[in-house]
Amino acid sequence: MMPLAILLGVVTFAGGLVWAERRLLALWQDRYGPNRVGPFGLLQVVADAIKLLTKEDWVPPFADRALFVLAPALVMVTALLSFAVVPVAPGIGVVGSNVGLLFFLAMTSMGAWGVVLAGWASNSKYSLLGGLRSAAQLLTYEAFMGLSLCGVVILAGSFDLREIVLAQRRVWFVVPQIVGCLTFLVAGLAAIHRLPFDLPEAEAELVAGYHSEYSGMKFAMFFVAEYVGITLISALSAVLFFGGWLGPVLPPIVWFFLKTSFFVGFFILLRAALPRPRFDQLMAFGWKVMLPVSLANLLVTGAIVLS
Amino acid sequence: MEAPAHPIVQRFAARAVADEARDVPTFWIDAARIHEVLTFLKDEVERPYRMLYDLTAIDERMRRAAPGPPREMTVVYHLLSLERNQDVRLKVAVPSEAPAVPTATDIWPSASWYEREVWDMFGVKFDGHPDLRRILMPPTWRGHPLRKDHPARATEMGVFELPDERAQAEEEAMRSAEREPTDSTRILTLNLGPQHPGTHGVLRIVLDLDGERIVDARPDIGFHHRGAEKMGERQSWHTFIPYTDRIDYLGGVVNELPYLLAVEALAGIEVPDRAKVIRIMLCELFRIASHLVWYGTFAQDLGALSPVFYMFTDRERAFQIVEAICGARMHPGWFRIGGVAQDLPRGWDGLVREFCEHMPDRLREYDRMVMKNPIFQARTRGIGAYTTAQAIEWGVTGPGLRATGLGWDFRKKRPYGGYDHFEFDIPTAAAGDSYARAEVRVAEMWQSLRIIEQCVNDMPGGPVKADHPLATPPPKERALHDIEALITHFLGVSWGPVIPAGEAFCGVEATKGSNGYYLVSDGDVHPYRVRIRTPSFPHMQMLPAISRGLMVSDLVTILGSIDFVLADVDR
Repeated sequence: MMPLAILLGVVTFAGGLVWAERRLLALWQDRYGPNRVGPFGLLQVVADAIKLLTKEDWVPPFADRALFVLAPALVMVTALLSFAVVPVAPGIGVVGSNVGLLFFLAMTSMGAWGVVLAGWASNSKYSLLGGLRSAAQLLTYEAFMGLSLCGVVILAGSFDLREIVLAQRRVWFVVPQIVGCLTFLVAGLAAIHRLPFDLPEAEAELVAGYHSEYSGMKFAMFFVAEYVGITLISALSAVLFFGGWLGPVLPPIVWFFLKTSFFVGFFILLRAALPRPRFDQLMAFGWKVMLPVSLANLLVTGAIVLS
Repeated sequence: MEAPAHPIVQRFAARAVADEARDVPTFWIDAARIHEVLTFLKDEVERPYRMLYDLTAIDERMRRAAPGPPREMTVVYHLLSLERNQDVRLKVAVPSEAPAVPTATDIWPSASWYEREVWDMFGVKFDGHPDLRRILMPPTWRGHPLRKDHPARATEMGVFELPDERAQAEEEAMRSAEREPTDSTRILTLNLGPQHPGTHGVLRIVLDLDGERIVDARPDIGFHHRGAEKMGERQSWHTFIPYTDRIDYLGGVVNELPYLLAVEALAGIEVPDRAKVIRIMLCELFRIASHLVWYGTFAQDLGALSPVFYMFTDRERAFQIVEAICGARMHPGWFRIGGVAQDLPRGWDGLVREFCEHMPDRLREYDRMVMKNPIFQARTRGIGAYTTAQAIEWGVTGPGLRATGLGWDFRKKRPYGGYDHFEFDIPTAAAGDSYARAEVRVAEMWQSLRIIEQCVNDMPGGPVKADHPLATPPPKERALHDIEALITHFLGVSWGPVIPAGEAFCGVEATKGSNGYYLVSDGDVHPYRVRIRTPSFPHMQMLPAISRGLMVSDLVTILGSIDFVLADVDR
């Protein structure tokens, strides 16, 4: 039952997130957002889902059919699979793996394949450029995403996400690992390519980037996967740096939910506030700033723990 | 004509035609000598004419009375000297059968598109032009639309049919803008547009890419061409006014001003002060509205999603004032020959004052939100830069010219329509890049607010339309009292006014640069020729020169920073 409950929970949360994002953006941008379908426009998501589900399932004749179908599934599946290792609360979670963190990193990298394949399989120039950008960006940010988490692993002495949460009973890792936390947030944003890291789908430049040719249910998979991705990065930020379910008075699951929601809100605020850097600027930032910072952080953490 | 003979007369002893041109010295030149004369005026004469402001033609075959040498067609060069603050117009008489003149592309790079347009519209060949193709009409078009024997209405042209073969032929013809890359394994040809979220309208840019780096960019325009100049020849002088609003569709009444100033110059109408100030106030409101659209969409092009919503909300406030005064919003069609349509409504000053108090805080906030944002600066600084000399060479006017450090503003240099009574500065920037262009426009909004405040504080009283028989529509009060006034009124309303024969040019500082109307009247109820010189046309032509070697993202930055409107490019 547990895996099913978590799956449903995640997908529902991601669906709610679509609504929450649109309403929050509207609030910050002096407009209303969806407010017509159902109470507060909550059923807008349902209406959109029905629309996307009932659309013609079209594959462009020039596309590489097999890969074109595979790509959105890959993105969706990897995003959802990552949740298998996320410890929601004591006793709530799909599996407790002693390599949970590595599993998450592996899944994130796999998800990148989905985006690259989508760009390639669409056989369209805009998609191709989006896919190329995605490949380059994910390569850059994968490089220090793992590094930014090494400090946490050193402090907790484990790759098991439950162990990592429990190791934060005295103090949240955000305190000793503030640099790691910030670099992880940046890498996370890049991994789920949200603004300001949405270059693979930069609208003003590449139309819709890697998913330009997608429509109907396959587009919906990319769409939902993006929000699942936001949820995932938010949940992991909470787990790795902000003590996961730990917290006074309220039940653990509520704490987990609140912390995750906080990061979700933060990501949405970023989208409302920031412009988009250029592709090469982003790469330079990744290799020249974030990577050395992560390495230095790892070095300092290691030195302190060993001494 | 100025007291010492014009240098062109001294040097070439060309015949000066003084009676036809009212405010621009005009000279007839032989086709064989035009290249020499242009070179002389650009490079050799003291205080040279360095800008090719406009290049067009007139089909003269239907003229009733045209002074000057006998001719069937005329090619018209309009040069601008910044040093002299003076224009010169050169005319070349050509036959209607296989007309040809030597190209000026080796003198001005900006001549290229103008010559293509004249070829497209009139069929005049420019010998030596490197790429003389149609520019506004589809490559498959038959005939040259601005010739007088070309039909003006679809109903004169037979039923339009698009069977599959023809559709395919049309599509295939569109490929003429693409070029077989010399190194096809490295170069990717990308059609950006005509439908693309980054092009702000129906603009197609054929890009040769090496990775994401632009090797070459070739704008393909004409998708927004609506034959505005041809329409001008069919409309009465009065009924053409609403068409002008839609040339730079963000500029609204700013477009009406140069047209009407030119008509009023032909008719000899002096506009009363109150009408002048109302016109200026509305123009500046529209300048702010247009700049706000640019500001928001520019930020959005760079990925900032929010500013555009705030700026459109503020633009809405400007439109509420426009609506209160004119009844319409984007395209009010409010100015009339000899004044404006109606007096200001009660309470207008309160609305305008409120706007002037509201805007400064907002502009300061936008400054923090957009202009001071480090990512925004990293995306715009050093991108799409050009020097003052390059700008003049390419015919750049408006904020794009002032961003290079040259404080050239037609409102100051050639005060028209009453701008000499207002105090305002000309903002400039030095770098000439996308950020500098943004700086200039932002500063211009402050200056426009200053002008609007002066309009509210010193609005003169009196009539809003000239007491002149050609003012249209004529004042109604006396029409029912005496028969002469009734006849004038009836004719003015039913036929439209008969504007005396002659030529007039008026160029103004529009929102995007210099918008100029060159009108030829044959003493009829409609213009004989309406030439609309728009700023976006030369600005778009410059695009390849400033985007080569940059990235696709930079192209979007440059497009945003140019602030063009496709209807202003294509007319």
